[in-house]
Amino acid sequence: MTTQRTSRRRIAASAVAVAALLSTAACGGGSSDDNGDGKAPGFNAARAKLANPSDKKGGTLKFIGTQDADSWDTTRGYYGFAWDFMRYYSRTLITSKPAPGKESSELVPDLAKSTAKISEDGKTYEYDLREGATWEDGKPVTSKDIKYGIERQWAQDVLSGGPIYLKDTLDPDGKYKGPYKDKAKDKLGLEAIETPSDNKIIFKLPKRNGDFEQMLAMPSASPVRQDKDTKSKYGLKPFSNGPYKFESYTPNKKLTLVRNPEWKKSSDTIRKALPDKVTVTLLTNADEMDKRLINGDYDLDINATGMEAAGRQKALKEHKANIDNPATGYIRYAVFPQTVKPFDNIHCRKAMIFGADHKSIQNARGGPLAGGDIGTNMLPSLVPGSDLKFDPYGIAKNDGAADVKQAKAELKKCGKPNGFKTTIAVRNNKQVEVASAEAMQASLKKIGIEAEVDEYDGAQTTGIIGNPDVVKKKNYGIIIMGWGPDFPSGQGYGMPLWHSKYILDNGNNNYAMIDDKKIDGMFADAIAELDGDKAAKKYAAINAEVMKGAYYLPFTFEKNIIWRSSRLTNIGTTDAYSGRYDYATLGVK
Amino acid sequence: MNSSKTSGSPPGPAGPEAVLTYLIRRLFAVVVMLIVVMLAVFGIFFLIPKWTGVDPATMFVGKQADAAALEGIREKLGLGDPILVQLFEFFKGILVGRDYVSAGDTIHCSAPCFGYSFKTEQAIWPVLADRLPVTLQLAAGAAVIWLLIGLTAGVVSALRRGSIWDRMTMSLALSGVSLPIYFTGLLSLAIFSYGLGLVSNEYTPMTENFPSWFSGMILPWLTLAFLFGAMYARLTRATMLEVMGEDYIRTARAKGVREPIVIRKHAMRSTMTPIITLLGVDLGALMGGAILTETTFSLPGLGQAVLKAISEKDLPLILGVTLITASAVVVANLIVDLLYGVIDPRVRLA
Repeated sequence: MTTQRTSRRRIAASAVAVAALLSTAACGGGSSDDNGDGKAPGFNAARAKLANPSDKKGGTLKFIGTQDADSWDTTRGYYGFAWDFMRYYSRTLITSKPAPGKESSELVPDLAKSTAKISEDGKTYEYDLREGATWEDGKPVTSKDIKYGIERQWAQDVLSGGPIYLKDTLDPDGKYKGPYKDKAKDKLGLEAIETPSDNKIIFKLPKRNGDFEQMLAMPSASPVRQDKDTKSKYGLKPFSNGPYKFESYTPNKKLTLVRNPEWKKSSDTIRKALPDKVTVTLLTNADEMDKRLINGDYDLDINATGMEAAGRQKALKEHKANIDNPATGYIRYAVFPQTVKPFDNIHCRKAMIFGADHKSIQNARGGPLAGGDIGTNMLPSLVPGSDLKFDPYGIAKNDGAADVKQAKAELKKCGKPNGFKTTIAVRNNKQVEVASAEAMQASLKKIGIEAEVDEYDGAQTTGIIGNPDVVKKKNYGIIIMGWGPDFPSGQGYGMPLWHSKYILDNGNNNYAMIDDKKIDGMFADAIAELDGDKAAKKYAAINAEVMKGAYYLPFTFEKNIIWRSSRLTNIGTTDAYSGRYDYATLGVK
Repeated sequence: MNSSKTSGSPPGPAGPEAVLTYLIRRLFAVVVMLIVVMLAVFGIFFLIPKWTGVDPATMFVGKQADAAALEGIREKLGLGDPILVQLFEFFKGILVGRDYVSAGDTIHCSAPCFGYSFKTEQAIWPVLADRLPVTLQLAAGAAVIWLLIGLTAGVVSALRRGSIWDRMTMSLALSGVSLPIYFTGLLSLAIFSYGLGLVSNEYTPMTENFPSWFSGMILPWLTLAFLFGAMYARLTRATMLEVMGEDYIRTARAKGVREPIVIRKHAMRSTMTPIITLLGVDLGALMGGAILTETTFSLPGLGQAVLKAISEKDLPLILGVTLITASAVVVANLIVDLLYGVIDPRVRLA
């Protein structure tokens, strides 16, 4: 009897304990009221404008995401969201203006006292450094640290992955072998950069380049201190010179930044540094991420690639005041490699453009809100010179309907009046791209073109569609892709796509295989132009020339739906970071 | 007679030497099996890309594929070396550690070096060691629940065959087996976490906050246990029904042994043999990552890591997880075989 009673008591006690645990934990991990529409500033309230301005310090800013950075090493990272985030712990000579919308594309001094003093021939850029900028151990940031940080771009055999615009611009012949193979004692042997004192840095360009300062504003031009350079492992714990430093980081799991006590606000006109802590939690389930955002557990998606269908619908229906619908600066498109027959014939390419049902492709991509506006040409809105109304093929006419008559006429001129067979190559890890390929396939069928959709391994993009031999062998007549500017200029956007020197055996981005002396010459002319307005017109002319060649079928000028929690302050989307919020200015209520 | 051997008589003449020989024989088989698995995985990851003509190095290079960068990656991954050299280096790494050298950058990977991820710039073993406890907690907690539920439901159903309890339990078990985890998981999250706010939707390490950890684990445990418990209930019921019809049960009853003892001492012992076999395999397989459960509940375990690794073609990490899974399955089977001896002395030295 005693035993039975005891065991009953134990069971009862255990039940109470479990119930207590559940209820306690529910308090800790449950929902918050941060997502209340009452407090949120409204739909598109932070699109290209600042919402909830505030200087209130403190709190933890909580990012969530499904994709970790390719690297947090400023030299190696190429993901746009990582560049935005890097301003927390890394500074550059100049950077994007901390302002919403178009104003963010303007360059302002950060580590430098002012923007460059440019020589008359446009080949020398000189900067004086601002006083008071320090590393996380309190030592000052010097011009030599900046030079060393830039030199790391040359060590591609160790530090692959990041943009190499500065390397190509300062040393186009690749004479310098990088700091790790540098014979100079101080490892600062790159001749194109001079550091006459710790506070002065001079860049000597072999040729004029109107976008040189844009390249210096990229995180890959950040200073790195030689004695703290852990080479390929630097991305696991970069040495900070910004307002925050790495406290802990487990790739694909969690990143935590805490205040860098050595950073002085007086030395920095860019960063507000409002929260005490910044955390990034990484999951693999995008739907679950959306739920947690809507539930108020997190503030925003660090990747900002747009909510998933279920989350989007719920957000649009119940929490519209918490979302923005910015343009990302990306164009989603189909491209026709000229090396694959019959796309060597311009009329067959034109038949594709006329024959596609642009509206159905836009719908497949999520419609006007989640997919974007119907694309009419190849220069996106964030690039100077862009004109979204420029529509040489009448794509947006009739609400994007196919022009079957014109398509058939072009097929006749191409010598294929009854159509032909081809293959559409599409990444298998992008459902939206697969859907747009299928929509294109369906509309091309109506003009007699049998297009087979081949879903290739998305992780091998560089080695499959980036390899012209593989493209030819697999008969990829149509490749579905997307592209956005590395920096807001025709050079930062169009060069890798349209310039003949970017036709590579591996990692090719000039999928259309455009080898046109005229276009190459137009780029040389536009790059040498130091006047922004004149350069913009020249890039617009290159875009017109590319459109004339009918190498591309633009699908959409991409837009997406992004979430912001109601407690975020100083929030506004930027052109400089492809429609993302400016992370460095954010605070929490 | 079978019954005499299974009714608690002393085990056969198994001396400690014989047991040791048996263990060594089995461990040798385990090592051979793991080597075969490693060879197979190596072949899949490093030979197939060569056959398809896609350079594996291109998977690791960024948007601007610089020739020096590609060469550096090939060197780091050792792709230029013959496959046998790569294999030798891999085994050497597990036993004594190894260095990855590329363009003057030397990365040391301490033993046991299961490889090095050039995607995340981390040695694989610490990643596995970091994530394995989460998967272990998930599998062990769920196993306790599913064994409790599954065995009880199965035994009671078998003993009350045809009753309402039997029908209800088996219908529930059928739904447990039929409903995928991403359905039951999402549903339970929607109701108990997002809807009622009873439990946490997030994993918290046990050392950080025990109640939060428990709150975050209870739904994954229950969801996983619902699926497995259903399978175990069905298996227990079927085995129990078969065992209860055996001669030795009838004999035991005829000898006047009380029914609860017949069930506990005679029937359950035989019923447990297939259950333990299944448990060994299931737990071993779950070690490789309960991918669906971990993804549904965003648990930072091996399953989530391997899913990410597959989508990013992080070959060394996939290789590491595959080896862990293979080892877990093989070791679990070894333990199961040893447990047979405890449960059923007839197989002790068979």
